[in-house]
Amino acid sequence: MPGRGRKVVLYALLSLGTAFALLPMAWMVAASLMQPGEANSFPPRLLPREPTLEHYRALFTRLNLGRFFLNSLLVAGAVTSVSLVINSLAGYAFAKLRFRGRDRVFRLLTLGLVIPVQVAMLPLFLLMRELGFINTYWGAIIPGLASIFGIFLIRQYTMALPDDLLDAARMDGAGELRIYWSIVVPVIRPILATLAIWTFLATWNDFMWPLIVFSDESMFTLPVALANLAGERVQDTELMMAGSVLTVLPVMLVFLFLQRYYVEGITLGSVKG
Amino acid sequence: MTTPGAPVTLPAGGTAPGRHRRRRFTRSEQNPAGWLFLAPALILTGIFFFLPVIASLFLSVTDFDIYAIADLRNARFVGLRNYRDLTENPVFWQAVGNTFYFALVGGPLTVGTSLAAALLVNARLVRFRALFRTVFFVPFVTTLVAVAIVWRYLYHPQYGLLNWMLGGFGIEPIEWLGDPRWAMPAIILMAVWKNFGYNMLIFIAGLQSIPAELYEAAGLDGAGPLRQFRHVTLPMLAPTFLFVGVITMIGYFQLFAEPYVMTAGGPLRSTTSLVLLMYEEGFRWWRMGAAAAVAFVLFLIILVWTLLQFRLQREAA
Repeated sequence: MPGRGRKVVLYALLSLGTAFALLPMAWMVAASLMQPGEANSFPPRLLPREPTLEHYRALFTRLNLGRFFLNSLLVAGAVTSVSLVINSLAGYAFAKLRFRGRDRVFRLLTLGLVIPVQVAMLPLFLLMRELGFINTYWGAIIPGLASIFGIFLIRQYTMALPDDLLDAARMDGAGELRIYWSIVVPVIRPILATLAIWTFLATWNDFMWPLIVFSDESMFTLPVALANLAGERVQDTELMMAGSVLTVLPVMLVFLFLQRYYVEGITLGSVKG
Repeated sequence: MTTPGAPVTLPAGGTAPGRHRRRRFTRSEQNPAGWLFLAPALILTGIFFFLPVIASLFLSVTDFDIYAIADLRNARFVGLRNYRDLTENPVFWQAVGNTFYFALVGGPLTVGTSLAAALLVNARLVRFRALFRTVFFVPFVTTLVAVAIVWRYLYHPQYGLLNWMLGGFGIEPIEWLGDPRWAMPAIILMAVWKNFGYNMLIFIAGLQSIPAELYEAAGLDGAGPLRQFRHVTLPMLAPTFLFVGVITMIGYFQLFAEPYVMTAGGPLRSTTSLVLLMYEEGFRWWRMGAAAAVAFVLFLIILVWTLLQFRLQREAA
């Protein structure tokens, strides 16, 4: 095939892919701005006749969306910031600190990677109940505070750190915590950024555990509230779309602004085998 | 907590720098800070993950139910009864079948779409590659529950965008989520849409790590683009395939939110997955013993399937 023809085919396929990827999102935004009932018309409308923000207003005034938004923000923010410290401490220790039993513990920990989280959920619920954490932020936050995967990722990245650098600091009499904070953390900042974004997105989007641990509506995170709302208001297409936009928007913004870290991190260290 | 969507590191490619220097530690090298640094992570994963996993195994051999929730002493040891009950429960077998249907059809479809997208975005003739890459990746970042609701409306038999577009080709309206034959394909299509961008990124990284000389050499030998793809690209991508395949299948066996939001497991239980069944048994009917048995069946399926994939890969190599 001549270069020109091949180019046309390539761009045709890319356009098709673009439409496939974006159309659902575009329709979501368009429908969220339509008049009540307008999204349920035939033939389907692709653009609102008279754009309105009334559904967004209704979500915030009547349906308490602001509260769910804050719940989501609090849970995702707390999990992200605390887990970053815990995982990086452990990942660094596994990579660079020398002590007996280290590698055995690490192998044991990585076994956990093949266990689906749902296996832990039933007893975890009972445990949280014993601790009085059901329907509290703690219940949603605590299980996310340490992630085997996060530890694994930090370890892989931190292994490249030259030992001489750390040993030199030790010679100068720096304490271990000091070394971690002023030498290790600055060097591994890129992987910390990756992990932070990934943790935030994963926690924000998480559904099953918050669904289990929160039964009191005032505690719902956005996805749980949205699923709940979808059950009650299935007919209000435009309202549901506005709710979906508000749920997706924050993670979309985080992704678009920080995608450099996120995308680079995803492929980091992969497929080198 | 979720497996898919994790940043990727291949355990097999463990040739990270620093590894070669590792040796047995002498007593003087014992660093007392080590355990201190690990402590928070080990305590948390121990109490809130490993302990519950082990407890789950015990739970699955009890008749733990709503009475036991009120008072733990009401739970009794029942041996393998929960597992035996499952084998006699048609809904369980349906859930097993649905889960495999979703994973075995959806998994390869997703991986195939990802590879096609990666090849397109990576083509030398294409400009604005970064833009296309971002566009294809966007669905992956979205909140599953939100987009599942969006797709529910796209699938609306009367007002939905999909049937309207198909109508343009003269195709009669389909009851996507209301017809037991179509509900699972509809969920699969949505899952492909949501997830292909993630694997695409990994494939792009894989494609870019193939040395250009290989293609040049193949070109000199007179191999056209198709033969180059078959004899250079595909073999060189083998490790990527394994990785992407394992991650995708592990994630897909855990199907839950899509049917929960879009179909509630119906119609006629045609989209009830194992995790959905576990959720209903455990958290709707509070039959936690039975639910734990379902969870362990899921674990076994994932474990066996993952080992199988690694073995197949080794035999193919």
